[in-house]
Amino acid sequence: MSDQLTIADRSFNSRLLVGTGKFSSNQAMVAAMEGAGAEIVTVALRRVDVENPQDDMLSHIDRQRYLLLPNTSGARDAEEAVRLARLARAAGCEPWVKLEVTPDPYYLLPDPIETLKAAEILVRDGFTVLPYINADPVLAKHLQEAGTATVMPLGAPIGTNKGVRTRDQIRIIIEQAIVPVVVDAGLGAPSHAAEAMELGADAVLVNTALAVAHDPGAMGAAFKKAVEAGREGYLAGLGEERVQAEASSPLTGFLRDGN
Amino acid sequence: MSFLDIIQQYTPARVEEAIAAMTAADVERALAAEYLSETDFMALLSEAAEDYLEPLAQKAHRITRRRFGNTILLYAPLYLSNECHNGCRYCGFSAGNKLPRRTLNADEIEADARVLAEQGLRHVLLLTGEAPKVAGVDYLVAAVERVRPLFSSIGIEVFPMEEDEYARLIAAGVDTLTVYQETYNPELYEQLHPFGRKRDYAWRLATPERGGAAGLRRIGIGALLGLGPFRSEAFFTGLHGRYLARHFWRSQLSVSFPRMRPADGGFQPPVTVSDRHFVQLICAMRLLLNDAGLILSTRESAELRDHLLPLGITQMSAGSCTAPGGYSGTERATEQFAIDDERTPAEFAAMLREKGYDPVWKDWDGLFLRPDAHAANH
Repeated sequence: MSDQLTIADRSFNSRLLVGTGKFSSNQAMVAAMEGAGAEIVTVALRRVDVENPQDDMLSHIDRQRYLLLPNTSGARDAEEAVRLARLARAAGCEPWVKLEVTPDPYYLLPDPIETLKAAEILVRDGFTVLPYINADPVLAKHLQEAGTATVMPLGAPIGTNKGVRTRDQIRIIIEQAIVPVVVDAGLGAPSHAAEAMELGADAVLVNTALAVAHDPGAMGAAFKKAVEAGREGYLAGLGEERVQAEASSPLTGFLRDGN
Repeated sequence: MSFLDIIQQYTPARVEEAIAAMTAADVERALAAEYLSETDFMALLSEAAEDYLEPLAQKAHRITRRRFGNTILLYAPLYLSNECHNGCRYCGFSAGNKLPRRTLNADEIEADARVLAEQGLRHVLLLTGEAPKVAGVDYLVAAVERVRPLFSSIGIEVFPMEEDEYARLIAAGVDTLTVYQETYNPELYEQLHPFGRKRDYAWRLATPERGGAAGLRRIGIGALLGLGPFRSEAFFTGLHGRYLARHFWRSQLSVSFPRMRPADGGFQPPVTVSDRHFVQLICAMRLLLNDAGLILSTRESAELRDHLLPLGITQMSAGSCTAPGGYSGTERATEQFAIDDERTPAEFAAMLREKGYDPVWKDWDGLFLRPDAHAANH
């Protein structure tokens, strides 16, 4: 496969990351992961007991098959996020972390200041850091300068299923980023994932849309196709909407033959 | 990752082939794109795009007006020295050329600078060759400190330096770095630069990166048009610009379009870039780099410069002389290249206003760089 997703020093065939929250059962979660063809799954550290191999949720995730990406969901500031990440590593998780700092418990919007602080500490600590952020291009640049492995801008507030509402900002992030851009949060339908990929996102992360589907496995498969379709469309070179050219006096009339 | 790592993934001949293979459909898609892919950019530089020059120009015009409004920033070059140890085959200052060599002393620099300042110019670009013993970093620092009170913005177009040397110049008052790669084709580069420190392609290529790392606010690049196949040169220039904008995002990028003029030493440009192709390159660059300053010098004729105004250009020199001491004296015998637009800054500004553009004399203030600055009236 030539079109692989590379994050830090690892390559993946799948560009669809899945979350593990909100599923009705561990069986439904596994079905969604399998249907999605995911290779990276993220788990909220607050939900699991990483030190216990018998942990109910973790025991359902085949660690040979999936890269387990612990996330710091629930952390309200940098200090809490850093502590959670270090605990996960101490318990044997790989030193990868999806950094989420969400002091607002309602919309779960990420705190840019605390996220940057935590990212700086965790990168120094040797972590591969994938930060969840609002779709803020300048913040994305600060984070990549701090050494994060990706940036993960939200398409819409988490769990809202509204799609790529931050489209213009995400387009700028994609244009300017020197690390992979993973659109995270708000993607409620396969078409939303395709839209993000068509914009040039390197990958997307989906959770709620799979967890609340009647058939999470089938929804996983639908998202898989959408991500692949969006990616292929992006690579193939999309045509844009035509806008009617504004009537204007000729600008090149001064060029005559022989010039 | 340096831009050298990126450009090494391409070969100029293959890029020329890829551009030649572009079709009308590729051009139409590129013209409709909001954000250009590399392929789109190739399409706009291709022969196929020559049939779309008017829509290309219209789009370049719309993007430029939306981003920059109806303004043109004015600047002037100030040549400090024409001494040079390099042997660039196309340059009037080349070491092998028999011409009177002159390096201005501090008083002479100030005399020339005063002439420019009295004409209203506030953005100045200081130029030298590469002769470190007579016009090296210490010389430049002293020159910058001498002219700083006269100008709002000081740029340098001199010789490549180390990052810490750029830091010294920033501390002295420099905000802008211009360095042309001349040609992005490594083989052609080697042929055209037979000796001197400039022979080192990679060192020169990484110069904007060192300047960006040092914190220069504006970084200008360009390829000399006429040295080699111009479509691939424009392609690599655009690629370079995009790289710099991503990696040195605090710096404003600008791109110049220096088209070869006859120089002392009798160099004839091997490639002719017609006006039509020239327009195509400028407009394609605007569609690729919507926010970059696009610069046009007085190498071009007054008539052509007036026509190019609406097409994406945002910055122009005026009243230029390319000989050291040329503003305050009558010395014009030692020009780097001949200029073709002889209008004074005032005449040029009047033309701009007549055409509906605001001539901008000042768009920066050196006080941004002076942590010790206090309000003048306190």
